[in-house]
Order: sequence, then C-alpha cells, then structure tokens
Amino acid sequence: MRHEAILLAPLCASLLVALGCRVLPRMLAHGLPIAAVGASALLSTWALADQIGGQPVAVKLFDWLSLGGLELSFGLLIDRLSALMMCVVTWVSLAVHVYTVRYMRDDPGYARFFALISFFTAAMLLLVMADNFMQLFVGWEAVGLASYLLIGFWFKRPSANFASLKAFLVNRIGDLGLLLGIGLIAGAAGTLDYAEVFAGAGPLAAREVMVWPGISWPALDLGCVLLFVGAMGKSAQMPLHIWLPDSMEGPTPISALIHAATMVTAGVFMAARMSPLFEHSPLALSMVLAVGATTALATGLVAMVQQDIKRVVAWSTLSQLGYMMAGIGVSAYSVAIYHLFTHAFFKALLFLAAGAVIVALHHQQDIRRMGGLCRRMPITYATALVGGLALAGVPGTAGFFSKDALITAVSRADGPLGAYAGWCLLLGVAVTAFYTARLLLIVFHGEPQEQALSSASAGSSRSSSGSAGPASLEPVGAWMLAPLVFLAVPSLLIGWFTFSPVVLGDYFGGSIVNLPGGSPGGGNLSQGTLDFFVHGLYSPVFLLALLGGAAAWALYIWRPRWRERAGSVLRWPVRTLTLGYGFDMFVERAVIPATRGMARGAAEQADSRFIDGLLVNGLARAVRWGSGAMRRLQTGLLYHYAFVMVTAICLLIAWVVLVLD
Amino acid sequence: MIGLAHLLTLSAVLFAIAVCGIFINRRSVILLLMCVELLLLAVNFNFVAFAWYLGDLAGQVFVFFILTVAAAEAAIGLAILVVLFRNRISINVDEFQLLKG
Repeated sequence: MRHEAILLAPLCASLLVALGCRVLPRMLAHGLPIAAVGASALLSTWALADQIGGQPVAVKLFDWLSLGGLELSFGLLIDRLSALMMCVVTWVSLAVHVYTVRYMRDDPGYARFFALISFFTAAMLLLVMADNFMQLFVGWEAVGLASYLLIGFWFKRPSANFASLKAFLVNRIGDLGLLLGIGLIAGAAGTLDYAEVFAGAGPLAAREVMVWPGISWPALDLGCVLLFVGAMGKSAQMPLHIWLPDSMEGPTPISALIHAATMVTAGVFMAARMSPLFEHSPLALSMVLAVGATTALATGLVAMVQQDIKRVVAWSTLSQLGYMMAGIGVSAYSVAIYHLFTHAFFKALLFLAAGAVIVALHHQQDIRRMGGLCRRMPITYATALVGGLALAGVPGTAGFFSKDALITAVSRADGPLGAYAGWCLLLGVAVTAFYTARLLLIVFHGEPQEQALSSASAGSSRSSSGSAGPASLEPVGAWMLAPLVFLAVPSLLIGWFTFSPVVLGDYFGGSIVNLPGGSPGGGNLSQGTLDFFVHGLYSPVFLLALLGGAAAWALYIWRPRWRERAGSVLRWPVRTLTLGYGFDMFVERAVIPATRGMARGAAEQADSRFIDGLLVNGLARAVRWGSGAMRRLQTGLLYHYAFVMVTAICLLIAWVVLVLD
Repeated sequence: MIGLAHLLTLSAVLFAIAVCGIFINRRSVILLLMCVELLLLAVNFNFVAFAWYLGDLAGQVFVFFILTVAAAEAAIGLAILVVLFRNRISINVDEFQLLKG
C-alpha cells in the first residue's frame, strides 16, 4: 500500500488543487501538494532503505488492455534503480515545491502551478516506477505534457507559447522513435513486461526484423536505436536539443525540477533501465556514445557565450546530459545514473539560485546587468557557489565523484570512437569550469553593472521598471533560501556516502545488467572513496577544470580588456556559439518552411483538389449530371410513357418466351 | 375456311393499330381513349377466338366482364376529360406535360 501511496499522493493533491484552484485558499493550494510530495519523499526513502539489502518489489495494480496475445497492465517495479530515482524525484520536487511558494507568490496562476508540478511529480514517478514498456510510455508522455503546460505557464507571452510548442513538437520526434522501439519489442518479444523482455534478451538479440522487403536488421539493434531516439528527444541530445534552451521561458522552479533534475534525465534512466537490451547492441551503444560525447562538448561550448542566466544553466544541463549519455554508451550505466543523481541536486540548486537572483533583481535575467551580488545575497551566493563547484567537478563535491568516474569510465573505451568521446568529455571539463566560473564571477563578483546601466538608461526610460537601482533588491525570504540550503548539502557532501556503494560497489545489483564480455563499464574504478578523492586532486581532469576556471577569472575579473581582444579575434567562433551552431536557424529557415510548404501542398492539392474537388464535389457533380440526363426521360408526354410501357412488356414477354423456356 | 390463325391475326392487327394510335396520336385525348378501347377489343377478340377454338364458354363470359369494365372506364375517362377540358381549355395531348422533368 505504501508503494502505491508514493505515486498516488502527488496525483491526488494535484487533482484536488486543480479542481479547486479557484476556491482553495493559498494555504491549501500549496499546503496539499507540499504535504503530498513530502509524504511521497519519505515513503520513497523508506522504499530505498528497504531495497538496500532487500529484494525488488513488484506491485501489480491492474490489467489495462489485452490485445491479442499482448497483455498490458499497470504495475510498480521498485528495485534499487527505481528506488534511487524515486528519492531523487521526490526530494528535489519537494525542494522545488517549497521554493515555489515564494517564487510564484504574486502570480495569478498560483494554484494552477502547484497542481501542475504535483501532476508532473506523479507522472515522473509513474515513469520511474513502471514495470512495463507501455507504462513507461504513458509516464513519458505525461511528463511531456506537464513540461508543455509548464513551459507555457505564462500563456499570455508569445515567446512562452512558442517555446512550449517547440518543446512539444521536438519531443514528438523522439517519442515516435520510442513508440516504434516499443512496438518493435512488442512484436519481437511478444510481451512488454520488463522482466519477461529482459529475460529473453539473449534470444531476442539473435532475431532479425525485416525493415524493408529484402532487408533485415537485428531486432535489438534497431529496437535500441529507436529507444535511444526517444531518449534523445526527452534528454535533449543533439540534434534534438533545441527545445531545452527555449524551455527556459517557463518559471524557474520548473526549469529546476523538469528541465534539469528529473524529466530530461528520463532518457538516461530509460537507457539504464533497458541495460539488458542495450548490452546486446554494440551498435546502439556506439551511437549513444557518439551522440552523448558530442552533445557534452558542443553544448558546453555554447554555454560559454550565453548572456541569459537561465540559458547558461540550461546549456550546461544539456552538456551534463551528454556526459550521462556518454556513460551509458560505454556500458557504465551505474556511473551514468550516479551522475544523474548528483546532477539532480546541484543543477536544481543552481537553477533555484538563479531564480533567487532573478527575483531579487526584479525579474532581470541578463547577466550583463548583474554583478557584485556576493555581499548582498550571501546565502544565495554560498549555495550557488556550492552548486557551481559541484558542477565544475571540484574534488570532494558530489559532482566530482560522479563526473570523474564518468570520465574515467569513458576514457577506457576502445577504438577511435572511444578516444573521440574521451577527448570530448575531457575538454568538456575545462569548458564546464569556464562557464560555471564565468556565471558565478559575473553575477556575484563583477562590477554592479545594473546600477551603471540603469543610471545610463534612466534618462531615456525613466518609467522602465527594469531600471531599479541596486539599492532596492527584492528580499527573497526563507521560503526560497531553505530549499537552496537543503539542496546545497547533498550537492556538497553526498558523494562521500554514496560513491563507494553505487559506483565502486554493486549497489544496483540485478537492476542493471552488464554483459561479462562487454566493456568494463563502471567497475574497478578505484580502491575506495578517499583514494578516488586523492587521486582526483592530481588528475588532469582537475587541472583542466582549474584551467577553465582560471581562464574565466582572467577574462572577466582580472583583465577584462583581454575579453574584448579575444572577442574580436574569435569573432566567428563566438558568433557560431551564440547562434547555437545554427540549429535553431536551420529549423526556422529550412525545416519549418519545408513543413509548411508540404502542409500547404497537401492542403491545396490533396485536400482541396483531390478530396474536396474530386471526391466530395465530384460525387455531387456526377449525381447532378446523372440526374440531368435522367430527367430528359421524363417528358411528361403520355405517348412516351405508353411507348416505354409497351416496349417493356414486349421485351418481358420475349424474355419469358425465348429465354426462360 | 376461317381458322384460328386468321382470327388471331385480325386481333393482332387491331392491337397494333391501337398501339400505333397511342404512339403516333399527337392531337386529342379522345383519340387516346378510343385507342385504349380498341386495345381492349383486340384482347376481347382473342378471348372469343380461343373460346371458339377450344369450345370453352368461359372465355366468352370473360368478354362480358371486360366490356363492362371498359364501359365503366370509358365513362370515367370521359368524365376526367371533361374536367380536364374545363381547366385547360384544350384536349391536345402535347400540352399535357406537367410531369416533365
């Protein structure tokens, strides 16, 4: 019962708040969801404690559909993997719920927002706790819906509508892949139950499916590639990453919960969950590795030149998701999940800190208008610093343990692809440190830019509300600071407790499968936590991180003049990065017009001409013409009718006499 | 000697004349009615001929029934014709085409 409650509590709270969003007092509008998610978090922790040293729990909820031989049911599978994910989801969600109380205080959609994030939490739990592919897909779509609704939360802004639609449509591409993959598995394995499919993974790997008359592919290769396409959409891997930066149009708590900590990591979780299948498909793993490593480096580079505080963090999220995917690609599922786990805390922390800065500066998001906030927002600064250090992978922080383990695991991969991925991730470390340091230095240490800008613009736009001086920082309050502190603790310390069992040990047990003959994955990374830490201090990874951080410090604090020179020398690279390699431009200038053209062609030719013109109106015309011809027969003259009658009788008699006899 | 064939031929000729009268007649409805009567007479002639040929009086009895019906029909037909003439001031068949499509 308590396992069902984990899922049902946020769902019920969401329904209650959604139904009563116009009448519920504010206390209940946030109280119910917070209580529900809190209960869910406690129960998840209980479930996790049960799992450590316990057996996986399978709870069957109900049968859903029976299609031919295919049985679809709803059930909960709580093993070590899902228990860990449940804890991440519920605890981060709880922090975000609490944070939202202050962040959305003045928003007219207060109750609606709480209903939606509770719904999201329930959907994410449904996804994570699924025990079959179809339920995974239901949860997958439900989180996508929640994401769509929350990105477009401020639906009066055209940009928010655009962004939510973009997220939805780009995700459709990925979801199509996922659905095809699930369909293929259903067809090849005859069942969608995790346990049964995974048990039959070996025979399944030997099967082939016909993709085109005469062309057959191994079923698992194709299935895993298709599943990964689904993961690419949800986890925003290149080239389907374009929706994530735009999703920052949503309120910041959403960016923290959905677009950093939980939903976007669903692809990584899914790939880890499917490890028994992916293990049999080196082709899919290579693709995962290539895409993940490319995403890790390329999107990190873009984060270096972004000017919007949330977009910097968003591009960094893309980069970290690339790291996780690269880990999946070398079969280091446990390490990838571990990075997911630590990343959820420190990235949510960074987003929430960014949100605090945004609120304090009266909804200013441009980092060029920020600066010198470290003394004026000490708690936010301290927590953001913790998040930044963890993101940059400074030894000792949670991010260090997971990221260093990932890089070590990937660096062991063989072949040119492995070398490429290893270099991508290594360079990515310097890039990560650079943009993290850049963000923190500009926002918290740099000159208080806002004052200069606002006084400069005061003459031209005195009434502009954005030009408030630094003297009037909006107080952020305990509701927002408490979650920051709450998330800062695991961001800083959790690696010390969890690294040894999860990465070095066999925490995941049977929930993640590594083939013995496959790549080494995450095994044998180090002797122990302390050893790994000490080793990390001397590793080139840390050196690269230091270099990146120092470069940011040099460019933004020590010698700002160098920045201009670097900017002019590297004008084209910077421009390319600012445009995000032109993916958006390509979509807007090529894909969208092409789609519109096709749609217009279909509307004009197929619909207007063929269906409307030929079929619908054509039929009417044919009837009209036919009846016009027929009415000529009706002359109204008696002798014509008589003639017809007599002739008919003659013919009838002739027929009876000649034919029937 | 007059045989059955002669009688049937006469009947067929009468019938054909009546049918042609109906087809070709473009002038008056009265002619049309007369042609219908002629049709009936032709059929009656067949009845009589076969009754004579087969020695069965039932056919001749039938003729009386048909004549009675034909008389009634002619009476009704003429009555309709009178009403029609009152309304249209014409008995020209070509003008009666209200049912033209």
